[in-house]
Amino acid sequence: MTTILDVQGVSKSFGGLKAVFEVSIDLEDGEILGIIGPNGAGKTTLFNMISGAIPADSGSITFDTTRIEHMKPHDIAGLGLVRTFQVVKPFAGLTIHENVLVGAFLRRQDPNEADEQAHKMMELTGLTPYAERSAQDVTLAIRKRLELARALATDPKVLLLDEVLAGLTPTEGVEMIDVVRSIRDSGVSVLIIEHVMAAIMALSDRIAVIHHGELLAIGVPASIVKDPRVVEAYLGEEFQIAPD
Amino acid sequence: MQGRSRTFIWAVLAFVVIGVAFAIMQTSWWDSNDTVFIQAVVSGMLIGGVYGLVAMGLSLVFGVLDIINFAHGALMTIGIYASYLLFQNYGIDPYLSLLVTVPLLFVVGMGIQRFAINPVMTAPVHNQLLLTLGIAIMIENLLLVFFTGTPRSIELSYARGSFDLGFMTLDFPLRVFGAVVSMPKLIAFVMALVLALVLYILIQRTWLGAAIRASAQQPEGAELVGIDNRRIYIITFGIGAAAAGAAGGLVMPFLFVSPTAGATFTIIAFIVVVLGGMGSIPGAVVGGFIIGLTQELSQLFVSGSSKLLGVFVVFILVLLFRPQGLFGARQR
Amino acid sequence: MTKIMTLVQASSRDLYILVGVVFVLALLPLGVSPFLLSVGTSVLIFALAGVGWNVLSGFAGQFSFGHAAYFGLGSYTVAILLTKYSISPWIGLIAGGFVAAIFGLLVGWVSFRFGLKGAYFALATFAVAEMLRLTFNSIDYFGAGIGITIPLVDGDDWARIQFSDTRALHYWFALGLLAVSIVAVIAIKRSRIGSYMFAVREDEDAASALGIDPLRTKLIAISISGFITALAGGYFTLFFLFIDPDVVFGPLVSVAILLRPIVGGVGTIWGPVVGAAILSLLGELTRTLVREPPAFLSFLEGANGLDQVLFGFILIVMIIRAPDGVLGWFRRKREKGTE
Repeated sequence: MTTILDVQGVSKSFGGLKAVFEVSIDLEDGEILGIIGPNGAGKTTLFNMISGAIPADSGSITFDTTRIEHMKPHDIAGLGLVRTFQVVKPFAGLTIHENVLVGAFLRRQDPNEADEQAHKMMELTGLTPYAERSAQDVTLAIRKRLELARALATDPKVLLLDEVLAGLTPTEGVEMIDVVRSIRDSGVSVLIIEHVMAAIMALSDRIAVIHHGELLAIGVPASIVKDPRVVEAYLGEEFQIAPD
Repeated sequence: MQGRSRTFIWAVLAFVVIGVAFAIMQTSWWDSNDTVFIQAVVSGMLIGGVYGLVAMGLSLVFGVLDIINFAHGALMTIGIYASYLLFQNYGIDPYLSLLVTVPLLFVVGMGIQRFAINPVMTAPVHNQLLLTLGIAIMIENLLLVFFTGTPRSIELSYARGSFDLGFMTLDFPLRVFGAVVSMPKLIAFVMALVLALVLYILIQRTWLGAAIRASAQQPEGAELVGIDNRRIYIITFGIGAAAAGAAGGLVMPFLFVSPTAGATFTIIAFIVVVLGGMGSIPGAVVGGFIIGLTQELSQLFVSGSSKLLGVFVVFILVLLFRPQGLFGARQR
Repeated sequence: MTKIMTLVQASSRDLYILVGVVFVLALLPLGVSPFLLSVGTSVLIFALAGVGWNVLSGFAGQFSFGHAAYFGLGSYTVAILLTKYSISPWIGLIAGGFVAAIFGLLVGWVSFRFGLKGAYFALATFAVAEMLRLTFNSIDYFGAGIGITIPLVDGDDWARIQFSDTRALHYWFALGLLAVSIVAVIAIKRSRIGSYMFAVREDEDAASALGIDPLRTKLIAISISGFITALAGGYFTLFFLFIDPDVVFGPLVSVAILLRPIVGGVGTIWGPVVGAAILSLLGELTRTLVREPPAFLSFLEGANGLDQVLFGFILIVMIIRAPDGVLGWFRRKREKGTE
């Protein structure tokens, strides 16, 4: 196993508030790493720094062998590190097909090849029946899958998934988990933020816990639930291993 | 943020003062240019006051409704014609007829907002812009149909008289350090400041003003506390149109009356609005002065260029470096 | 070659429409008065300018209110090269396109770098066009306020694109330019850069998350847009034979350019053409109505400006009732019908 994404001691403050403080995580090639933590713990801020949406105050972020902490979002995506948004951002004026096509063009000049790729990704995410629907006329579940399909169409090496399960019904959630698994099986490493604990415990190879902007623990799910610091600081309050 | 914007305003003022001082030094070396320069400053201030007046209503509409109202100049033209007709047909003094033109335009403005603009409040920018453009085309050409394109003008009998103020006598046209100041322009200037104050108080100190500001800054929140945004929009556009009507009445005595008389002010007014900060009444006044002075002085120093070139240069610089304007707080 | 084939396959519908439309329009000179034909030529020229505007404002979503800048640069490049250096307008048209494209890059780089959007970008483009108008008005080399007149030659001169049977050939030439530009736009829509323009129009953050550089995309859009609009401006010089700063850089030119695609349908291939057709029909109709009104409207006769009143009124109604243009209105009707 080699490290594909290496985050070393990144910090970010907004005004006086330390949103993220000296967080270090590493993502192995081909693994699913879950990030959990209560609301406001700094998970999305961490994501924004990795994807280049906001600059880190300090620390280093290495993707493959490239330092990316000062790069622009589109350059980072160009390297193969692609994110989705917690609040979905579909291209509302375009059809589902056209949305996915945008992603497919990143590695393909030829419209026919891009088209082929877009159809493959729609098939993988179950969007084919909705291909010609306008992205503003479909349900949230479809839009969440669109977010994923569009990112996948860029042939990423690493996917950053920001709460892809939030707002979905249990059935829709199970379908989405299957999709994420099949993505990993196709060779993409996944860094995933999630609130639905049962899901992330089952899905992730390892889990990182973030609390008050700091990394509390990182390890396999079994050791995380036993870690006294995690239990004390966080799990005790709202964490459930099994769904209701 | 607050500190930075204040710095910027001081910087601009300092820039203007230094510019004027420098210009005075320059011109004092050529005595013959002295009067020309003073005249330019005086004219710039006077026309700047008018620009501020025109821009106030536009700024209010832009700031509250976020609409680029290209019909603002046309609304002003309605005010110009109303004032002209009342004077020509009934001999009503233009300054007295403001009591008619301002309410008239208020109603016209409310009607426009109610029936034409409210339906497109959520439409993309280009549609709103085109709609107001369509309104402007309609107004200007209706005036053309009824009154033809022949430019007209009036002469106020008292504009060239003397006035005894007790401690001194004013002979119009007034001479200030050799510069000519005509009475209608001086009245327009003074009235512009008065109206700015009235509008400012209306927006800042009344319940209606509070509702308008709430609706501009937090439409959803305003809705929650029981403000009907669409009604506020109607009233705001009415006030904006009324301000345009007042401007029309005030400029009528020193302007050629024609169906496009007001349209020439539209673009300048937009520049003033962006310069002053949209929605800001003091911004419109200060912006008006800056643009008025820029217009007159740039022509003086860069010979052969158009008055407007310097104005557009200032405009582009403001757009790039301070798009929220001198007094604007709101970020885009 | 294969690339052309795939384009033909993928956009076959648009291309068939294009062939059909061009065929019908090309027959027009055979049965129409010279006056109407010259109206038709200027309709085509402004449709072409609208096609250019549509690339920046419709495809990439950056609303320009100052496309007269590119129109005028095209006009002046052709006129200056021809009258001062006797350079053929064939070269002049292309050169004008490049001048406008480079100017667009400059304007775009400055305004997009500083984050101008929406109404602010629109006002900035307006100011830029006005600055060009005022500058050209004061520079003698460009004929200042007097403008430039293109001298007439005897007979047909293909090198100067001047024809004795002026109207028909001019009309066909303009139609050819329009057709070529529409083919280019069809290709853009189908290609990667087109897809990127749509993405940037819809959501810049989402676009950059997918590896798209918004600045670069907008710059490409503004230069293509400027190029096409400059072609229209350049051809305007050859057709009209006289230009001055107010005629080609004036605010009304900017309005004329953007009006057509908006009426037809912003961001569509055919919007500019449909809009141009509708607006010119509308214009002729209202003009005729005022010139020779039917009996019950006799009071309209000779009322100067009334055609414009009607025009303004129809524009207002159209924007309220059909906010996404005539094509959008039809599409929504059809979708309602099928559901």
